[in-house]
Amino acid sequence: MSSYDLSSVLIVALPALSFIFLGILGNRLKPRISGLIGTLSLATTAILALYVAAGYFFDFGNVGGTYVKHIALQFQWLKFTDNLSIDLGVVLDPISVMMLLVITIVSTMVHIYSINYMHGEEYFERYYAYLSLFSFSMLGLVIAVNIFQMYIFWELVGVSSFLLIGFFFTKPSAIAAAKKAFIVTRFADLGFLIGILMLSYGAKTLDFFVMIDRLTQVGSPYLASFTATSFIGMSTLSWALLLVFMGGAGKSAMFPLHIWLPDAMEGPTPVSALIHAATMVVAGVFLVARLFPIFAISAPDALLIIAYIGAFTALFSAVIACTQTDIKRVLAYSTISQIAYMMFALGVSGWGEGQTEGYTASMFHLFTHAFFKALLFLGAGAVIHAIHSNEMKDMGGLRKMLPITHITFLVACLAISGVPPFAGFFSKEAILSAAFHSQPGIFYIGLITSGLTAFYMFRLYFRIFWYNPVPKDSHNHEGHTWAMNIPLIILALGAAFAGFIPFGKFVSATGKAIDLPFHPMFSIAPVAIGLLGIGIAYILYGKNNDIADKISSALGGFYRAAYSKFYIDEIYLFVTKKILFNLVGRPAAWFDRNVVNGILINGSAAVTEATSETIKPIQSGRLQSYTMFFLGGVLLLAALLIIKFM
Amino acid sequence: MSASTIIFYVLATLVLVFGAITVFSRKIFRAAISLLLSLSFIAGIYLLWGMDFIAALQIIIYVGGIVVLIIFSIFLTHRAGEKLSKPLPKRLLSAGIMAVIGLGFTSWVVYNNAFAPAVTSGAVEPTVHNIGLQMLNYTSYGYVFPFEVINILLLAALVGSIVIAIKKTNKEEE
Amino acid sequence: MEQVPLSHVLILSSTLFFLGVYGFFSRRNLITMLMSVELILNSVNINFIAFNKYLFPHQLEGVFFTMFIIVVAAAEISLSIAIVINLYRRFKTIDIEDTTTMKF
Repeated sequence: MSSYDLSSVLIVALPALSFIFLGILGNRLKPRISGLIGTLSLATTAILALYVAAGYFFDFGNVGGTYVKHIALQFQWLKFTDNLSIDLGVVLDPISVMMLLVITIVSTMVHIYSINYMHGEEYFERYYAYLSLFSFSMLGLVIAVNIFQMYIFWELVGVSSFLLIGFFFTKPSAIAAAKKAFIVTRFADLGFLIGILMLSYGAKTLDFFVMIDRLTQVGSPYLASFTATSFIGMSTLSWALLLVFMGGAGKSAMFPLHIWLPDAMEGPTPVSALIHAATMVVAGVFLVARLFPIFAISAPDALLIIAYIGAFTALFSAVIACTQTDIKRVLAYSTISQIAYMMFALGVSGWGEGQTEGYTASMFHLFTHAFFKALLFLGAGAVIHAIHSNEMKDMGGLRKMLPITHITFLVACLAISGVPPFAGFFSKEAILSAAFHSQPGIFYIGLITSGLTAFYMFRLYFRIFWYNPVPKDSHNHEGHTWAMNIPLIILALGAAFAGFIPFGKFVSATGKAIDLPFHPMFSIAPVAIGLLGIGIAYILYGKNNDIADKISSALGGFYRAAYSKFYIDEIYLFVTKKILFNLVGRPAAWFDRNVVNGILINGSAAVTEATSETIKPIQSGRLQSYTMFFLGGVLLLAALLIIKFM
Repeated sequence: MSASTIIFYVLATLVLVFGAITVFSRKIFRAAISLLLSLSFIAGIYLLWGMDFIAALQIIIYVGGIVVLIIFSIFLTHRAGEKLSKPLPKRLLSAGIMAVIGLGFTSWVVYNNAFAPAVTSGAVEPTVHNIGLQMLNYTSYGYVFPFEVINILLLAALVGSIVIAIKKTNKEEE
Repeated sequence: MEQVPLSHVLILSSTLFFLGVYGFFSRRNLITMLMSVELILNSVNINFIAFNKYLFPHQLEGVFFTMFIIVVAAAEISLSIAIVINLYRRFKTIDIEDTTTMKF
């Protein structure tokens, strides 16, 4: 096994070992030590990931001008039949190596940051154990060889997310948020599982690459049988892929399964940075990217539906983000919007020459978004740490008090708004140009959304750092918290300069290098809209004035609807409480209480009791009854024996 | 129809009659005395068959020992002269049914079986001499061992009845 | 000399046996129950002697068994009387319906 293979297996194994170690022995160590162990193990994986990435992209991955997959490890774990088995393994592939880099670097930053942020927290070592568990599950998800292996790690990611969101388990709102996240994603995973079953039934295999092979070749018999039947105009293959996408939509918070992400902000802020900005929520995008050849070649109608869902979600959540006042909620809706960008970028991509720009653009945006969104969350965490509140109305004028946070936050906001030369500009431009070339309607939606993005991000920036004078009871921690500042600086460097990586050379749908086109003429529109958004935000929020309030009262009902997140949560509650609970839950509970418990359990106990009550009088303590039974038995035996031997 | 058969049937009838009185009588002394008479008539049947040793044993032990013991215990535990309480009707019914069924079954078996004698010649007289010779013979078919064990049994019964019936004296009250 | 058929003797002893059984089941007084037990034992004795006389005249086993049964009956009666006396001291009655403390 070469050193690259060993390193890639170690990348997945180290966080698992750290989880087990911290989980069992954590509460006997001092908190500092457990934090150090967690951070060191993730830092080691980050270095190994850099090593493997360097090796893959510059050395062995490139075979004849194309980046091919390289299987580092594969073994059969559970065999169903001769052809169908669940294999576990590690595969190195352009997108999986890129994800390894993203996950390990962001996770290491979060580990370092948490040393200061979670200082003094009860259950500090448990937090690090959960972080290691999450890193292990996410890493396992991206290097999965087999779709079932990915499903296993998918569920593990869901569990770690539940544990981390509900970390402050004494707060009822945190528990409710954790439950909501788990239930919504689990419900989406139902679709995922059905999709897996359908796909494996059609392709007769669970291995990703074999499946892609069988379902994308034009004359393949598997493909023919799969696409033969159709249902409401789409072939069975498209339905299977859409069901798989439903699982991805749950994890990536697409409409209407997005409701869990804003509530998940109840968890600690570094957790939000890691899970709900950079890694777990992109799992859905990663899944579609993994299965992209099947989507693009054999089920383009499914891809179109994905594009429209993505575009709608992007606009929808951007509108809501313009009205929210909790800074973490603004960032949550921003995340939903940006992931929707990645999703529709995949949706508008095709397979042929010059059509696969969307795929590369989506992966590029995933990469850059991880940096600046994690930076935004960690910066918001620093602000919350200083102000001890999440609400915008408690903040203002913090630019002098938190200088490092201020500068890095500004860099991140410029990046997300698509202002050159920061990273967001390059990736967003690539997405918009891909959309323009294939689905112009989606291009316009994306353009408007990027204007809204710039507006609400700078609304956030100005409200935190400029609008009001400094609040009275805030402390300046920055001088003491080196562990919080270092990740901010590193991530800011990434957000600033990552755009210059020639992404198309490394990651593309077919493996061959493509050039991401860069048209200065074309870029004028998005940049102009972005600057317009920033300008409007400055006018409304640069200094304390009431222009914003006048506009919001003028918009009246629409503003109120957007502020209440368009009442989606209320609709869900209505459906679950009134319909599901009454129609399904109550009868089921009645059945369980009365039939299962009453008849089967209590009933069998009652029967036993009744039988024993009837048998009890035999032991009466009366001598004569005993002897009567005795004599009766003797006569019976005598009759039997005598008649037998007569 | 010889005299011995007639005497046998008479004795048998008397045995049964007095046995019935024992079982059905409501006055306890009557039951005890009819038991005594029944046992005596059984001894009479033994004499008819020439088993004089056994007849003697019957009179001595059963009539002279056991029935006397029963009468003593009646004195000790019962206000003699009072009528015994009536048994429960349910009990009577089940007992009667069981007895009748048992009797019917046994009669059926007896009538369907042909009892054939094993050997017709070589009868041994059951005199005391022969009984003693055979029983205490320890070389061929002797019953010495059961005889000794029965002795020990008697000893155990003796000790046991004393232990059970003895009144516990309270030593603290002295 | 015509002998009484063996079956008649056996009928006698069976009747005596089941009379004793009936008495044992239906009597309420412990002493009368013991008397019924005596009847049962005696019926068995008659059986043994009859078999010895009619079927096995050259052996004396029947006589031996009868002797042993008589001895054992004597031992058993004495023990039973001792128990009855003990019972009388405890319950002040020898009615069997009143001595049912060993029930469920």
